[in-house]
Amino acid sequence: MSTSLSQPAPVPEPTEAQAPGLHLDDDVRRDLFATMVLSRTFEEAILREYHADKGPGFDIGKGLIPGEMHLSAGQEPVAAGVCAHLTADDAVTATHRPHHFAVAHGVDLRTMTAEIFGRATGLGRGRGGHMHLFDPAVHFSCSGIIAEGYPPALGAALAFTRAGTDAVAVAVTGEGAANQGAFHESLNLAALWKLPVVFVVEDNEWGISVPRSASTAVTSNAARAAGYGMPGERVEDNDVEAVYAAAERAVRRARAGEGPSLIEVRTLRMWGHFEGDAQGYRPELATVATLDPLPRYEARLREAGVVDDDAGARIRGEAAERVGDAIRFAKDSPLPDPADVLSYVFAEEAGR
Amino acid sequence: MTQTDTRSQAPETGRRLNTAKAMVEAIAQEMERDPAVIYLGEDVGPYGGIFSSTTGLQERFGKDRVIDTPISETAFIGMAVGAATEGMRPIAELMFADFMGVCLDQIYNHMAKIHYFSGGNVTVPMVLTTAVGGGYSDGGQHSQTLWGTFAHLPGMKVVVPATPADAKGLMTAAVRDDSPVVYMFHKGVMGLPWMAKNPRSVDVVPEGEYVVPIGKARTARAGTDVSVVTLSLSVHHALDVADKLAGEGIDAEVLDLRSLVPLDRTAILESVGKTGRLVVVDEDYHSFGLSGEVTATVADEDPTLLHAPVQRVTMPDIPIPYAHGLEYAVLPRHERIEAAIRKVLA
Repeated sequence: MSTSLSQPAPVPEPTEAQAPGLHLDDDVRRDLFATMVLSRTFEEAILREYHADKGPGFDIGKGLIPGEMHLSAGQEPVAAGVCAHLTADDAVTATHRPHHFAVAHGVDLRTMTAEIFGRATGLGRGRGGHMHLFDPAVHFSCSGIIAEGYPPALGAALAFTRAGTDAVAVAVTGEGAANQGAFHESLNLAALWKLPVVFVVEDNEWGISVPRSASTAVTSNAARAAGYGMPGERVEDNDVEAVYAAAERAVRRARAGEGPSLIEVRTLRMWGHFEGDAQGYRPELATVATLDPLPRYEARLREAGVVDDDAGARIRGEAAERVGDAIRFAKDSPLPDPADVLSYVFAEEAGR
Repeated sequence: MTQTDTRSQAPETGRRLNTAKAMVEAIAQEMERDPAVIYLGEDVGPYGGIFSSTTGLQERFGKDRVIDTPISETAFIGMAVGAATEGMRPIAELMFADFMGVCLDQIYNHMAKIHYFSGGNVTVPMVLTTAVGGGYSDGGQHSQTLWGTFAHLPGMKVVVPATPADAKGLMTAAVRDDSPVVYMFHKGVMGLPWMAKNPRSVDVVPEGEYVVPIGKARTARAGTDVSVVTLSLSVHHALDVADKLAGEGIDAEVLDLRSLVPLDRTAILESVGKTGRLVVVDEDYHSFGLSGEVTATVADEDPTLLHAPVQRVTMPDIPIPYAHGLEYAVLPRHERIEAAIRKVLA
């Protein structure tokens, strides 16, 4: 299959995702839950380590994990539902809030954690940090610049089609990015060339402190997708199974060479934009915890008999073990040598 | 067999091409050699590039490898970045360097930084070609060189060929480089039939594969009295002036930098060490750029090399004006170069 430069497909009508059919296998449902639990366990550990030594007061540049920290708690359903359809051959370009997608796509937990701790064993040898994670083994990358992860996803998709594979690229942004030029240019070009891309928009309502209603008159980015000649779906309730169903359609379409799709998910940023954000701008703050998608999904799985006490304990235990191992690996790893700081600017200087 | 340029001068005999054709020849040879090489840009297909950077390539290699893009620089340059990280060797053309403003994030925050952020685990082997320079009244948004801006931002090599042979050899090297390379071709050196051109824009170009290593300056004219350190179209102007002054017994050396990143500081120091006098000719803006960097290179190493204050012939820090007389008043052309040489020798 070569990339077609022919006419784009007919414009489909934007749709709201169907209520989940609930015909998922028990194993799939347990896996979705386990992925979300692993991601949350990871972020709770990062949260703990991040704040462990920021005092007195809060000094953002201090501690074992310095710098900005954007955590994705509450947004796990998006990553779990989408990445369930991917293999290590598929690419994901994530955002400044990347951990849930990294975990769900199988980025190596140890080396990712070491990077967040700024260690020599990290994915980027301490040169990237948590907004700049690159794991070529699973074609994962992220960018700290809003909407600018979209264009490279097009390139990965182009490379995959030229290599004759059916691999796809998943490009992730938040709803705030949909008002940026890179978003629109990428949708236009991907649709024009029928590239195997799945655009994912995480609508967590907030662009730092500015709500969606103050950023755009467009209520659904599925409509924007339609404007560029690709299918768009909006999942309204942060439901991992609805995301899973929408992503199944989008990934199948991309693998079949039929072109890109967009999925917008109304999700939930449970914590601040970054750690240290008091969120005084957020009127619904008191009720956020009640909307946590993890207990909601667990209750549903328990009610359906898919998860019981044993399974729940096993899933949590495995997550705690893997995360604990990754944190220990990071803390036990050496710091990068400042004498080596000039290395890896250009390729011929690479040590391997 | 690949020829690698180890000489300071281009060969003196053989087939002659203009700079545009030499550039296209290198691209074609690399596309022939490596199926991962593709060329993306605006009007690079049937039009052949607004400044003839891709003439005939689509006809030869097809629409899937020489690809006309929409006017969407962020999308297609970012696409080249992503394709490069996944094993392709894209060449993306930014029609004018002046258009960097609409797509700079993909260039300096992504193309140039991914290798470092990944600790060397991800490479971005792509070339960003772009037309630069003024001299034909195209106004202040289509006449800038801006190479100092690209060179200031770490993580990308910046090459600026002046001659047809270098246009070919540096392009070959750029495509084969595993780091991102910005290849900036001056419209005035391309040898276009619809623009005033220096006779040196048509010259001998080696046949077959030809590589000019990136980072080695070229002594375009050896001399003993003054070092004129320059690049791109200004090399031709400097050579014209040097030829004229030779009649008066002034023996100027002209050093063509060929690349800003890496900058061949050794060649600058060797030349100034020999002549003791430095004139820097740079079509980019005066302040905070290449001319200051070249001067600082000498000051940092050994200011006593200089027997006279440095003269810088540059674009003043103003938007480039439209009217011919105004533009030519600020371009670093023959009269200003000659005056600077005379002043540094006075």
